[in-house]
Amino acid sequence: MTPTAAAAPLVDEGVIARVLKEALATGGEFAEVFAEDRRGSLVALDDGRVEDISSGHDRGAGIRVVAGNTTGFAHTADLSERGLLAAAGAASAAARSGGVGTRAVALSKSASASPSPVEILPAEVAKADKVELLRRADAAARASGGDVRQLSANYRDSRRQVLVANSNGVIASDDQVRIRFGVSAVANGDTGMQTGSEAVGATMGYELFDHNDVEELARVAAQRALSKLRARPAPSGTMPVVIKSGTGGVLFHEACGHGLEADHIAKSVSVFTGRVGETVASPLVTLVDDGTMSHEWGAMAIDDEGHPTGRNVLIEDGVLTDYMWDWLRAHKEGRASSGNGRRQSYQHLPMVRMTNTFLMNGPESPEEIIRQTPRGVYVAQLGGGQVNTTTGDFVFGMTEAYLIEDGQLTEPIRDANLIGNGPQVLRDIDVIGNDFSMGFPGTCGKQGQGVPVGMGQPTLRVRALTIGGTAR
Amino acid sequence: LSELADLAARVAGWSRDGESVEVYISRGTDTEVRVYEGEVESLSSATSAGAGIRVVSGGRQGFAYAGTLDEAVLVETLEEARSNASFASSEPWVGLPAPDGAQAAPLDLWRDELATWPTQRKVDAALELERQVRGGDPRIRQVESARWGDESTEMAVASSLGVLAFDRSTSCYLAAVAVAGEGAESKTAHGYTVGRCPSELVPSKAADDAVARAVRMLGATQPRSAHLPVVLEPRVSAQLLNLLGSVLSGERVLKGTSLFSDRMGEAVAAPVVTLMDDPTVPEAWGAAAFDDEGLACRRNLMIEAGTLRCFLYDSTSARRAGTGSTASAVRAGFKSAPGVGTRAVQLRVGEMSPKEVLAQVGDGLLVQSVTGMHSGVNAVSGDFSVGAEGLLVRGGELAAPVREVTVASSIQRMLQGVSAVANDVEWLPSRAAGVTLAISEMSMGGA
Repeated sequence: MTPTAAAAPLVDEGVIARVLKEALATGGEFAEVFAEDRRGSLVALDDGRVEDISSGHDRGAGIRVVAGNTTGFAHTADLSERGLLAAAGAASAAARSGGVGTRAVALSKSASASPSPVEILPAEVAKADKVELLRRADAAARASGGDVRQLSANYRDSRRQVLVANSNGVIASDDQVRIRFGVSAVANGDTGMQTGSEAVGATMGYELFDHNDVEELARVAAQRALSKLRARPAPSGTMPVVIKSGTGGVLFHEACGHGLEADHIAKSVSVFTGRVGETVASPLVTLVDDGTMSHEWGAMAIDDEGHPTGRNVLIEDGVLTDYMWDWLRAHKEGRASSGNGRRQSYQHLPMVRMTNTFLMNGPESPEEIIRQTPRGVYVAQLGGGQVNTTTGDFVFGMTEAYLIEDGQLTEPIRDANLIGNGPQVLRDIDVIGNDFSMGFPGTCGKQGQGVPVGMGQPTLRVRALTIGGTAR
Repeated sequence: LSELADLAARVAGWSRDGESVEVYISRGTDTEVRVYEGEVESLSSATSAGAGIRVVSGGRQGFAYAGTLDEAVLVETLEEARSNASFASSEPWVGLPAPDGAQAAPLDLWRDELATWPTQRKVDAALELERQVRGGDPRIRQVESARWGDESTEMAVASSLGVLAFDRSTSCYLAAVAVAGEGAESKTAHGYTVGRCPSELVPSKAADDAVARAVRMLGATQPRSAHLPVVLEPRVSAQLLNLLGSVLSGERVLKGTSLFSDRMGEAVAAPVVTLMDDPTVPEAWGAAAFDDEGLACRRNLMIEAGTLRCFLYDSTSARRAGTGSTASAVRAGFKSAPGVGTRAVQLRVGEMSPKEVLAQVGDGLLVQSVTGMHSGVNAVSGDFSVGAEGLLVRGGELAAPVREVTVASSIQRMLQGVSAVANDVEWLPSRAAGVTLAISEMSMGGA
């Protein structure tokens, strides 16, 4: 059952054809209309109170015209033919090829099945039910112990209907429903306050909560905060690091994911420029970006350029096999897009972005990996990260971590960043576990645009990473 | 005042008995030009507008927004905010502010010059910046990006309690990312110049900064871990001040999650630290006549000579704390309800030049940029850990460049450890001003 099928098109096909023609009137060789209708809601509970209930609606279209090496772009919240024609005129003027063109565009509809069918649209669920979910999470966290001082939980849903059409005849649409539920707890002890968080998110309807227990999420968040009350300062310096399956996908997202985006490659501002076919990682490493992964946070039927998403192997057995591509970069190289052209909203130009990026399983049991590590750090939960693709240097934060001493997890350690260099870290991965799982729902930021991305990996060990603690 | 204020007031006037309604409207026009290798890579220009509506009824607050100013849609949006309010918790302190009588500072943040500046001149300025960076040093091998950006924004807030505010401002910038290289090694650095209109920009500063900062990192190595004095450059200290602003939020204090909840009147920082949030300074990027609930912005002194003096409040958190709003309501655009935040945090500047600060420090680390402020800093526990690059300081002089290090401490210790604030205040495209700042000891993680 897919209620999304009933949605009326955002813009009539005849109108799109006339708008594309107008966009090409100054001689541009490519034009595109990206129309978007987005609704979202948020319910936030803080300190036992439902403080924020918000909802909103936003719609509009972005129009892109490419002439030579120049892209002109304009957007409008007015989806009428008049509004769209005005934006098309502005975009083509911005691309300013100086020529004159008349080109009729024949659109041929392509249908890509959504990897994420929806059973229950969030808008059809009573607000009171969403409030009740938050209250249950609150009660569960507070039952975890008297030291839990504060709990905040939030529920967010969004429905994003997009329609993309371009002068190559592509016309495609998608309906993306996402829900995220996050909990963060603060515990208070003799050594001050500590935080713990947990979140679940998926490209799916309200049935997400048939498969996920918000009370358990809250207990996990509370337990993280409580266990860190005993945490000692993180080490300062370089040592082996074992990263638990799931959230460690952030490591690959930063260590090489961004560096494999074709826009960075085209400008030679990635350490992976010109290295396809070379061994860039330990032979244990096979890395995939897959926008078709059913219900994952970065899943879509089509990317924001109307291209079907795909499963793209980036690194196979340590050898770099391909980069990720959007239409513009692929067009310049005379190849096909890999379905990685994404944008935050109709107000933004698309660029190369990851979808769901993950490391494939290895042979080892996770327990054995820890046992074989005499001394190091075990990271059970990662926060975000950041990379400089030109130098390859990247950081990522650890929000739950433990010391490994004589092959065993011992004391919890306080939050800190870790720093490493992408190509070096990829070579330094010396064991990979057999316990693959996807991690938390992330938001990836690039040039000021945020998009939802999924990440995953099995437990693994990096021979040496620099840990940014304060211990002497 | 303006058509936007009229519209906001008209919609606020649709309030019913027993409820109060606040309407926040923003409208902005922006242009961005990116150039690459002597050509325009992309040129975008557009106007967008939207409204956020808050309804408070019986101590319950609901919020809804729409990305349009179409009145028929705003009717629905108001209805949606009402519906949302009915599901919120009821608390005696939840409510909109009434006018508090404070006079808005006479700020002039709008320049007509921007609207009349031809697009071609923006393109030319970006191309010229790229040329200057590329030609700035033989070791510059690439200009990752060179761009022009500008924005004109108008904001109006009106409420059924009588608040009516209108504000507008213009801003523009030129920014570049330079890539310096030797052999297999590459290093990058940003340079930028900001102003309210094109004639206030200093393009050569953007180019020189990007080039010099990239080139001086060539040859950087990872040093051994150490505990040492650290000097933060203005761009880095501004990020620290932003963080302090959030730690001093009265909302956090009420919820018991501020590091400084029980420390009012105590020495929380070294005596050299006087910290304020003052949006009435016209040079500040975040300068504003009104906060996002329509109250006149004012100067708030949070830490005076090391002593904690005040927390920041919006109207709801102030009422809960039994005090008045400090006009510190901010929003992330029309799509969000207001919360407590800062606009123009700054330290009282000292007497010394940055060079004299380095001389006083003697041996240590100068931090030129940090990464992972969002991933390794915990404003609740106070843990502070970031990736960094910079230069070692030897005998008061800049020495070898270092990379792939972390710099760590806690927010509490860093404040107590401030040993000098220089005189080089710099208003950055940020909600804080940067200034060269020395901290007596931090942990540097390396090899």
